[in-house]
Amino acid sequence: MTEIAAPPAAQAGFRARRFSPRFFLSGWLAAAFVIAALAAAPVASLVWLAMGGDASVWREVAPHVVAPALRETALLLFGVALIVIPVGTITAWLVTAYDFKGRAALTWMLLLPLATPTYVAAFAYVDILHAVGPFQTALRALLGYSRPADLRLPDIRSLPGAALLLGFVLYPYVYLATRALFLSQPASMLDVARSLGAGDIRVFARIALPMARPAVAAGCALALMEALNDVGAATFLGVRTLTVTVQAVWLNQSNLPGAAQIALMLLLMVVSLTLVERAARRRAAYAAASNNIRLLTPRRLSGAPAVLALLAGLLPVCLGFLFPFLHLVHESLRRLSFAGLSASLIDEMLTTLALSAFATVLAVAAGVVVAFAGRAKPGAAATFAARAASLGYALPGSILAIGMLPLAFAFSGASVGLLGWSAGVLASAYAIRFLAIPVGAVEAGLARVPRDLDDVASSLGESSAGVLARVVLPITLPSVAAAATLVFVECMKELPITLMLRPLNVETLATHLYGEAARGSYEDGAIAALLIVLVSLAPVILLSRLTRSFPGPASLSVIRRRFRSTTNG
Amino acid sequence: MPIARHSRWIGCLLAAGFISSAAAQTQQINLYTTREPGLIKPLIEEFTKTTGIAVNTVFLESGLPERVAAEGDKSPADVLMAVDAGNLVELVDKGVTQPLRSEALEAAIPAALRDANGHWFGLSARARVVYVSKDDVKQPAITYEELADPKWKGKICIRSSQHPYNTALVAAYIAKHGEAKAEEWLRGVKANLARKPAGGDRENARDILAGLCQIGIGNSYYVGLMRSGKGGPDQKKWGDGVNVLLPTFANGGTHVNVSGAALAKHSPNKAAAVKFLEFLVSAPAQSVYAQANFEYPVRAGVAADPIIAQLGELKIDQVPLSDWVKHRKAASQLADRVAFDAGS
Repeated sequence: MTEIAAPPAAQAGFRARRFSPRFFLSGWLAAAFVIAALAAAPVASLVWLAMGGDASVWREVAPHVVAPALRETALLLFGVALIVIPVGTITAWLVTAYDFKGRAALTWMLLLPLATPTYVAAFAYVDILHAVGPFQTALRALLGYSRPADLRLPDIRSLPGAALLLGFVLYPYVYLATRALFLSQPASMLDVARSLGAGDIRVFARIALPMARPAVAAGCALALMEALNDVGAATFLGVRTLTVTVQAVWLNQSNLPGAAQIALMLLLMVVSLTLVERAARRRAAYAAASNNIRLLTPRRLSGAPAVLALLAGLLPVCLGFLFPFLHLVHESLRRLSFAGLSASLIDEMLTTLALSAFATVLAVAAGVVVAFAGRAKPGAAATFAARAASLGYALPGSILAIGMLPLAFAFSGASVGLLGWSAGVLASAYAIRFLAIPVGAVEAGLARVPRDLDDVASSLGESSAGVLARVVLPITLPSVAAAATLVFVECMKELPITLMLRPLNVETLATHLYGEAARGSYEDGAIAALLIVLVSLAPVILLSRLTRSFPGPASLSVIRRRFRSTTNG
Repeated sequence: MPIARHSRWIGCLLAAGFISSAAAQTQQINLYTTREPGLIKPLIEEFTKTTGIAVNTVFLESGLPERVAAEGDKSPADVLMAVDAGNLVELVDKGVTQPLRSEALEAAIPAALRDANGHWFGLSARARVVYVSKDDVKQPAITYEELADPKWKGKICIRSSQHPYNTALVAAYIAKHGEAKAEEWLRGVKANLARKPAGGDRENARDILAGLCQIGIGNSYYVGLMRSGKGGPDQKKWGDGVNVLLPTFANGGTHVNVSGAALAKHSPNKAAAVKFLEFLVSAPAQSVYAQANFEYPVRAGVAADPIIAQLGELKIDQVPLSDWVKHRKAASQLADRVAFDAGS
C-alpha cells in the first residue's frame, strides 16, 4: 500500500476543497449510468425489434404455445427451487456448524458442479441412464433381467428429470451465498438457542435458516436464472421452456419480432420476481460487522454422525459433478484411443481462456464502478443504474444474443475484419451478460462495511475517490475476487452469445462441444467438455477459498491497520 | 490514463489490424455456415489443396441471415452455407444473397434442387428415412401416411416436431395433401408416440435397440455415420441393430431435403467464392459429400457411399423443393396447434 505521509490537516483541508466530494460523487454516478446504458442496450434493441412486428404471434402462436410453455417453465423452475434450496442450505449448514473428518475438502468440493455446464450434464446423464447405458445394464444384470424392455424405469427425458438434473447442478449458487452468510453470523444467537436446549435441527430450521433467507433468496434467484438460461439441456430432455419457444418462433416461423415480444414478456416475469425478492430482502436486517464479532464455532462430530454428515455432503457432489465428470473422462479416453486428439483443441482452449479473462476484467471493473456509485451517492439514481446494469443476466443468453446482434455490428464498418475488434466486441458482450454478478457481489460486500469508515476517512482529509479506492475497496476485495472467479467460470461455459457473435475462425471449447453435439456425436465433444470442466475447476476451488470470510476478522484487522497509519501520519 | 503511455500498444494493434485486413485482400474466402464444422472440413481442405485459396469459417448455429444482415454492406461473408431448404430460402427472403449464373452449377445440379434465379444451390441431399426394429417390423416398405395408422400406437420415436428436419417433412405433407389432411396425419402420429419427442435422430436408433419403440424417424446420413463406425463403437451397435426403410409418400417418392450454399450479397471475394461453389459440385467434392458425410450427391454420375446405396434406390418425391418450402411456417404452426411435442 503506497502510504505517502498523510498530509497535515491544513493541506488535507485544501485538498478537500479543490477536489470537492461533489465532483467525484457525480463522476461515479455518471460512469455508472454510462455502464448501465451500455448494459441495457441489448434489451432496448429487443424492444425495438419487438415493436417492428405486428401482434400476429399472440394470435397465432400464443394460445397453443406460450401458455403451455409458461406452465412448463414455471413447473421446471419450481422443481429446481425445490431441490436447490434444501440441498444448498443443508450442505452449507453442515460445513459451517459442524466439524468432521473430510469437512475441509467437502467445503470446496460442494462447489464443483459450478464447473459443469448444464448441457454437458444433460448429455452425460442421458448416456448414463439410458436403457442401454451403463447404469441400467448393471441394474438389469443385478436383478436378472435380460432385455431392456423387461425393466422399465422412468426416463430422465422429462420435466421431473430435467428439474432433478438442473437442481443438482445449480445448487452451488445457494450453497455459496448461504455459506458466506453462515460464516459471518454472530454466534450469539445460535449459542443462546443451544443453551436453551434447542436440538440441532431446531437451531437450523428455526434460527439459522430464517436468518439466511436473504442469502437463500439471492442464491436461488441466480440458480433459477441459470435454469431459465439453459436451452441445450431443455431441448435435449424434451422440456419446452419459454426460452426454447422463443428460439422456435424465431427460427421455425421466421418471426423475429414475435420472438422478441415473447422474450420481453419473459424478461418482465424475471424482473418482477427479482423485485419481489429484493423487497423481501430489504425487510430483513443485515447484521453489520461489529468489532466484537465472534463467529460460529463448529461443533465436533465423530463416529456415525460424522460419517453420515460426510456422505450427505458427498451426495450432491457426486450427482452434480462426479458422475458426469467420470463419464466424460471415460468417453474422452475412448475417443482419444479411437480418433485421437483434435489439433484445434489447444487453440480453442487458449481462445476461451483469453476471451474469458478479458471479459472478466471488463465485467469486474464495470461492476465495481456501478456498486461504488451506489456507495458514493446512494439514492434512487444509483439503484436504478445498478438494476439496469444487471438486466443482461435476467434474459437467457440466447435471447440476449438476438438483441446484441444489431448492436455488435453497428459500429463495425470496415473493421469487421479486424479480429481484435470483433473479439473485443465478443468479450464486451460477455461482460454485459454477466455484469449482474460483480454488481451484486460488490454491493453485498459493501453493505457489510459500516459507513462510519467512510465518514471517518473523509473527516481525516481523504477525498471521496480516495475513501473508496483506499479504504473501502481493500475490504471488499474478497467479494471482488469471488465475483471475478464466478464471472470467469461463466464465460468459459458461455455458448449462445459466442455462437452468434464470434468473428471468423474463432472457436471456443463450448462452441466446439456444441458443434459436435449438433451432429449428435457429443462423444466427440467429450474431450472439449472435459476441458471446460477441468479449466473451470481451478477458479471454482479458488472461489471456495475466497468466500470463506465475507468480510471476516481478517478484513477488520486491515481496517485497524489502515486507521493506525493514517492517524500516525 | 494518458494515451501517450499506451501509444506503442495502440500502434501495434492498429498495425496488426491493417496487416490482417491487407492479408484479406489476397486469396481468401469467408464462409459462414450452419453446417457442423466436422462435415465441411474435408471439403475445405480439399479446396485449399487444389486452388491454394484459404477458407475462413464461422460456424453459426442459428441466426445466419440476421448475422449477415446486421453486418451490413461491409460484411466479409462470401459464401453462406446452410442446411434445409427452408433456411436457404430464408437467406433469400432476408436479402443477403445475390443471384449467380454459372454454367457449371446449372449443369451439375438438377433444377428441382436449386433456386430458379440462382440465389441458392443445393449441394447434397438427405432423405428422411425410417429406422425399424429388426425383430418387430417385418414389412419391406412403408409410407409416410402409414405412420398415423393406429397399428403403430406407442411405437414411434421422433425428435422435436419443431426441428427443421421434421418441419420440412410436415411442410412436404401439406404440399401434397393440404393442411387439413396434414393436421389429421400429425394428430395420428402424435397418438402413436412411444415417448415425448426429445434428443436427436440417432437417439431413435438407440431407443429402438432398447425396446422403447419400434420405429424411429431420422435422416439417411446418420445411418452411414452409425454403421460405418465413424460415430464410435456404441453407435455402430445402434446402426447395426436396426433396419432402415426408405419410406415414400403414397403415389410419390421419398421426402428429400438439401444442404446448399448461396453467394453473399456484398461478397468481397466474388471470383474466389464462385470458384468455391463450383468446386463443391465437382466430382471430387461430391464424392466427399458421399463418402465422408454419407449424403446423396446432387451431381449425376457420382455414386453414393455403399452403406447408403444399400438402403435401396432413392426415388425423390416429385413435388419440387421450392414448392413445399413455402409451407414451412404453416407446418411449424401446425405442430404447435396439435401440441405434438407434448407427447401422447
